[in-house]
Amino acid sequence: MSADHSPLAQFEIKRLVPMEIGNLDVSFTNASLFMVIAIAAVTLFLTLSMRGRSMVPTRMQSMAELSYEFIANMIKDNVGSEGRKYFPFIFTLFMFVLFCNLLGMIPYTFTVTSQIIVTFALAAVVFVGVTLIGILKHGFKFLTFFVPSGVPFVLLIILVPIEVISYFVRPISLSVRLFANMLAGHTLLKVFGGFVVGLGIYLGWLPLGFIVVLTGLEFLVAFLQAYVFAILSCLYLNDALHLHH
Amino acid sequence: MELEAAKMIGAGLATIALAGVGVGIGNIFGSYVSGSLRNPAAAPKVFGNVLLGFALTEAVALFALVIAFLILFG
Repeated sequence: MSADHSPLAQFEIKRLVPMEIGNLDVSFTNASLFMVIAIAAVTLFLTLSMRGRSMVPTRMQSMAELSYEFIANMIKDNVGSEGRKYFPFIFTLFMFVLFCNLLGMIPYTFTVTSQIIVTFALAAVVFVGVTLIGILKHGFKFLTFFVPSGVPFVLLIILVPIEVISYFVRPISLSVRLFANMLAGHTLLKVFGGFVVGLGIYLGWLPLGFIVVLTGLEFLVAFLQAYVFAILSCLYLNDALHLHH
Repeated sequence: MELEAAKMIGAGLATIALAGVGVGIGNIFGSYVSGSLRNPAAAPKVFGNVLLGFALTEAVALFALVIAFLILFG
């Protein structure tokens, strides 16, 4: 199997416009291109569909309104009324991840969210932001978040380190979840694509059927992972705002 | 060559995690079906949670995949 037919070749980053500042490589790559496309697509979708502002929404307008209400309800249910301030951030996060995932489903495009550094940057922003919100709101009381209530003192010696570790693992699990889902899905499609070619015209129909089913599943996963990313950000935000103990 | 073989075995062993994930996903949907048969009116309300649980469980399988990739190509 040659290098450019490997199932992992689709995740390769190519420099489109090489640029360097000092020793820093800031080239405009295919990843940057697809992030720009995703942002442009979200902006176009929301501005164009809401241009009519009709009382009885058109199809496009109701799609935009649905996505707005979806996130607004998610924040209301999971964070409460205090979360309304953070609606723009969660909505942007959701739409960006969703559009990156969906753009990646078009053949021959690049899936930005299949790069660990992209998802880690998103998760790190959520983590640092949420921690700062918690500290600003509660001050030193924020540290009680790591101390479960109603637990005997002896157990606390074990539980507090576990709570601290599980708190700091959050950005890693949040980013790896999205990254691994995208990576696995696209690799799987490519591997089955290889089976179709390998088995030829008589037996190749079988894996082709699988690819059709898997593509449907991947669209579900693309939406689901954007949803999970947004809802986990909401839950973390809720933890920081209310300290839940 | 022995290192190569050990890597293959290690990557294969990493997929044992799928056993737990299979139990988990089966449990989620099994509980959902039995719960929604007992109380069909409440079924739509918990479906979002079912999907969330499914995605969280599936992620565990993918962590195993990442480990397998790290062993093979890392």
